Amino acid sequence: MSKIVDILKQRILIIDGAMGTMIQRHKLSEEDYRGERFKNWHCDVKGNNDLLSITQPDIITNIHLQYLQAGANIIETNTFSAQRISMADYGMEDLSYELNVASAKCARKAVELFQNSITDDQNLDQTSNIENRESVFVAGAIGPTNRTLSLSPDVNNPGFRAVTFDQVMEAYYEQVKGLIDGGVDIILIETIFDTLNAKAAIFAVKKYFEDYSIDLPIMISGTITDASGRTLSGQTLEAFYYSIEHCNPISVGFNCALGATQMRPHIEELSALASCAVSAYPNAGLPNAFGEYDEQPHETGHIIADWAKEGFVNIVGGCCGTTPDHIKCIAEEVKNIKPRVLPTLQKD
Amino acid sequence: MNSIIKPFLHLSGLEPLVLRPETNFVNVGERTNVTGSKKFARLIQEEKYDEALSVARQQVESGAQILDVNMDDAMLDGVYAMTTFINLVQAEPDIAKIPIMLDSSKFEIIEAGLKCIQGKCVVNSISMKEGEAKFIEQAKICRMYGAAVIVMAFDEIGQADSKDRKVAICHRAYKILTEKVGFKPEDIIFDPNIFAVATGLEEHNNYGVDFIEATKEIKQLMPLTKVSGGVSNLSFSFRGNEHVREAMHSVFLYHAIQAGMDMGIVNAGQLAVYDEIEPSLKKLCEDVILNINNDHNEATEALIQFAETVKAKGKVQIKDESWRLESVEKRLTHSLVNGITEYIEQDTEEARLKFDKPIEVIEGPLMDGMNVVGDLFGSGKMFLPQVVKSARVMKRSVAYLQPFIEAGKVEETSAGKVLLATVKGDVHDIGKNIVGVVLACNGYEIIDLGVMVPANKILDEAVRLEVDVIGLSGLITPSLDEMVHIAHEMKRRNLNFPLLIGGATTSRMHTAVKIAENYNHGVIHVLDASRAVSVVSDLLNENKPAFLSKISTEYAQLKEDFLNRKIIKNYLSIGKARENKLKIEDSIEIHKPNFIGNKTILNYDLSEIAQYIDWTPFFITWEMHGKFPAILQDEIVGKEATKLYNDANTLLQKIVDEKWLQANAVFGIYEVEKKSDDEITVYADKHLVDITDSRGARGVSNITLNFLRQQIHKAEGQPNLSLADFIPTSRGISGMSNHLGAFVVTIKGIEEHINVFEEQHDDYNKIMLQALADRLAEAFTELLHQKVRKEYWGYAKDENISMEDLIKEKYQGIRPAPGYPACPDHTEKYKLFQLLNATEEIGVELTENLAMYPASSVCGWYFAHPESKYFGVGKIERDQLEDYANRKGMTLDEATRWLRPALD
Repeated sequence: MSKIVDILKQRILIIDGAMGTMIQRHKLSEEDYRGERFKNWHCDVKGNNDLLSITQPDIITNIHLQYLQAGANIIETNTFSAQRISMADYGMEDLSYELNVASAKCARKAVELFQNSITDDQNLDQTSNIENRESVFVAGAIGPTNRTLSLSPDVNNPGFRAVTFDQVMEAYYEQVKGLIDGGVDIILIETIFDTLNAKAAIFAVKKYFEDYSIDLPIMISGTITDASGRTLSGQTLEAFYYSIEHCNPISVGFNCALGATQMRPHIEELSALASCAVSAYPNAGLPNAFGEYDEQPHETGHIIADWAKEGFVNIVGGCCGTTPDHIKCIAEEVKNIKPRVLPTLQKD
Repeated sequence: MNSIIKPFLHLSGLEPLVLRPETNFVNVGERTNVTGSKKFARLIQEEKYDEALSVARQQVESGAQILDVNMDDAMLDGVYAMTTFINLVQAEPDIAKIPIMLDSSKFEIIEAGLKCIQGKCVVNSISMKEGEAKFIEQAKICRMYGAAVIVMAFDEIGQADSKDRKVAICHRAYKILTEKVGFKPEDIIFDPNIFAVATGLEEHNNYGVDFIEATKEIKQLMPLTKVSGGVSNLSFSFRGNEHVREAMHSVFLYHAIQAGMDMGIVNAGQLAVYDEIEPSLKKLCEDVILNINNDHNEATEALIQFAETVKAKGKVQIKDESWRLESVEKRLTHSLVNGITEYIEQDTEEARLKFDKPIEVIEGPLMDGMNVVGDLFGSGKMFLPQVVKSARVMKRSVAYLQPFIEAGKVEETSAGKVLLATVKGDVHDIGKNIVGVVLACNGYEIIDLGVMVPANKILDEAVRLEVDVIGLSGLITPSLDEMVHIAHEMKRRNLNFPLLIGGATTSRMHTAVKIAENYNHGVIHVLDASRAVSVVSDLLNENKPAFLSKISTEYAQLKEDFLNRKIIKNYLSIGKARENKLKIEDSIEIHKPNFIGNKTILNYDLSEIAQYIDWTPFFITWEMHGKFPAILQDEIVGKEATKLYNDANTLLQKIVDEKWLQANAVFGIYEVEKKSDDEITVYADKHLVDITDSRGARGVSNITLNFLRQQIHKAEGQPNLSLADFIPTSRGISGMSNHLGAFVVTIKGIEEHINVFEEQHDDYNKIMLQALADRLAEAFTELLHQKVRKEYWGYAKDENISMEDLIKEKYQGIRPAPGYPACPDHTEKYKLFQLLNATEEIGVELTENLAMYPASSVCGWYFAHPESKYFGVGKIERDQLEDYANRKGMTLDEATRWLRPALD
């Protein structure tokens, strides 16, 4: 736990970019998604990106590797929807645990390949070289699921919930177990648009830690969805932060929905509130009329560098539409910028 | 910059609540408590949750900053009631904005509430009454949900009444929570028990003082913790006499807050202002609460006596109801925007009477209200839960109108069926659901196929159920393609349902450009739910043709604009572009030219030139597309092509034999030096002097050639090229200078023969002659270039390539012409002509627009470096334009005029 916290004090860490965008480049077919093992699966599975960790592990590992080579220090496992609630869309509930283990292993393998591939920098001493090689982390990504605990899917029945806290918590518990068994270093609860889902995830993580007597760093990343500056479930940024503060995260921040330009005021606000590190991994701008992201790597890099210079952030990277090129530009831009200094917590 | 975070208690609903020193006292609304409010208890008992919510709303509107919710009643299933009520509260943003205090003596009821609340709540309460182990267990669970806790001053022995026991129990709990459970001190709130005073029992008389004193001590001992209490207990013995109770509460709080009490459970909105309590009553209350002059219940008796003299006078709720005075239309809008159902039926009735037909209420004020909601949502002033609420108010109103609409059905048109689906591959359906509700509100029958619906299913169902409109929704990018696919399928299947497109990634532009073209029975992008009704209504009434034609005109325009749009690419500053120049291998030595200076060639042998003709462009001139010589065998044009080729050769032979035309050329090879990244200095004079003929020195001095550089943002590893890059920066290893060549080639003498053909009205041969002259000019250029490479410069003297490879430019070096993509500025031709004295030497002139005359002329620069290649400069930015104008000594206007194609 202390290792990443220590590194965070010294420099801005880089989290990787979009997995989906990179997978799309492969233009995989239904057959590719199915692989040999699921060739007779009863329903279509194309679009189940998490499944690729099992059916196309080399593609996933290679995407991770590209991000590491681009300069990412933290790579996210391909597990955004790898819990039984989301997997129900494909009838793959029972694969949830396995998906997490497999995805964590893809990420671990990429880290191993990366560490074996980099050569020592002659200008640095042995210790620094070891540090550089070792300052890469696998974050087990926990997504929001496709159900909301705070919103009713039936507008005529606002008190109705499509899922219960316990169901969500248990699904997350299974996911956490898979991620940790697969070897992740960090738990990352991300793209939080309903804070109650995130609270169920935190509950599951804490319960797992308690049950298995371990403790891993937790990162929290919410999503501000629109111009109101609130989460989809209606919370303001500050209310959101107070709602998740109890998990003692090593970092809190935002990802997705917004581009770096739109995210800036929120990161600035959060930076003044958070007692832990602040993270931000925006989309590559806002999607154009065709749902594509146009923002170029150097643009994203510049905007993020601007925030970094203001001392707003400790961890930066990209979400939808970002690529290893974006991550590379971001990494280069912030390389020599000092990280946000963590606030002092007054004790009395 | 190191900021400081202070240890304040943070709570949150949809909005934050931070208890800062200046926050003063926090009101916790108490009426949503089945033990304290008979009305609320009855509403919950009878499952009248809507009305129960209005109790909560009244608390918030009256200033409650936290809402206490208690469902402890033997007759209630507490877990069910708590879950149901809290879930409903979460759907009411005006209530859910404040934090919730979950109040129960049963921990499972508290936990049921914790499972429904996204914000940071307060648990009210836990205590050590069942021992430390249970206390720790419950505290740990509270922490896992991230709640703050109220710890009641209660231990294994019982509830603390004296000041000392209150403080001792609180301190013990504090140590356990902070040391064993990991609670932050600021997340701990103590309730040192407010008991009833003035009960007649003397031992109760000091309860007020005990609380106040204990508070003072707790805050000294544990300064970050908070103190709370249920205030209404205090006046329990004055039940039914609100006037006295309010005064007691107010006086008690006045003193307790001074002692450090942070929050209290009160009937928000029913608190007397301390300063406004009549002095006699205030004095009586103070004596009772502070236990003054009360050794034998004297103060108590006095207050009881006073209480009997005053009538219980309730207070009117203060609430902003001014909007009720507005017109019925405005009231309906207000209710829709604020999600208020309270008056909706009465207002709907009023509106119904005002309008001719009940449906007009929907089409008029209700839709106007929903449009306001849509606008507010669009501009970020409302958020989703509020919109959902507005939809509910709408539905309520429509439900009220429904029977009236049914009754008059004879004359009403049936509203119509709308099929909705989230497309295959997409699972997002919130927006679609909202659209469904809003449409249903308007009396449309909704067939919702759910999410991830394949195209076939959507279309099969639409046909089977004979729907009127199909609405597609999607949030993720690939859904856009799926929508295109569905439109395409609809066309293929000859369907004619109007198609609505909605969802976050969809746009009018995408709909217009990509979807509409695939289907011609109406494709309409619907921005949001509140717009869906007017669109569907237009599609189902007599306006449909006009509406569709309007949309299709709009979309056609959008599409046209889109196709004409400027493609936005990314450009580097000229400085950055220069940094990314091509760094050529300086070590490669280019053969020192065998010849330096200018050379003029007149009347070159046409038959030799003819062998260098590239015939493919010749056929293109005649609009016959195909490679030579394969085109001669082409199935379709082969015969004609062969005929043309034969005619051409006949004419060519005539030209050669009869010397109709003259092939002239002038070229030069010069020593050059890189002046800057984009400039090359040509040392013309020192050589020109040597070769200048008897006509004398021409006074040509050193000439600087100006080149332009690509500014588009290139992929990693791709340079931003300028022709200047092909001249090495330094001299070669052996100190050899660098060189560059120039040439002008022309085919003269075409005019008189053209005239003859014109006189004969022989257009065929006229065009043939022009085409051949052009080919000969190009062929001569090719031939000359080869001679330069192999002989005059001699850097490729062993070159031995076929005619075919010559055409494919498979040799070392290039010959770009000013005005062409690699060096788009035509005005550099002046320098070229000046260097070569081309007009005098071979009779080629430059027109004012820098075209060459005769038309069959070619000019250019010779670059010999093996890495030199053709490229396009592409678009340049203003910074380069300014720099270039400056370099060339042109005005900006002039430069802009000449570089226009590179600027747009």
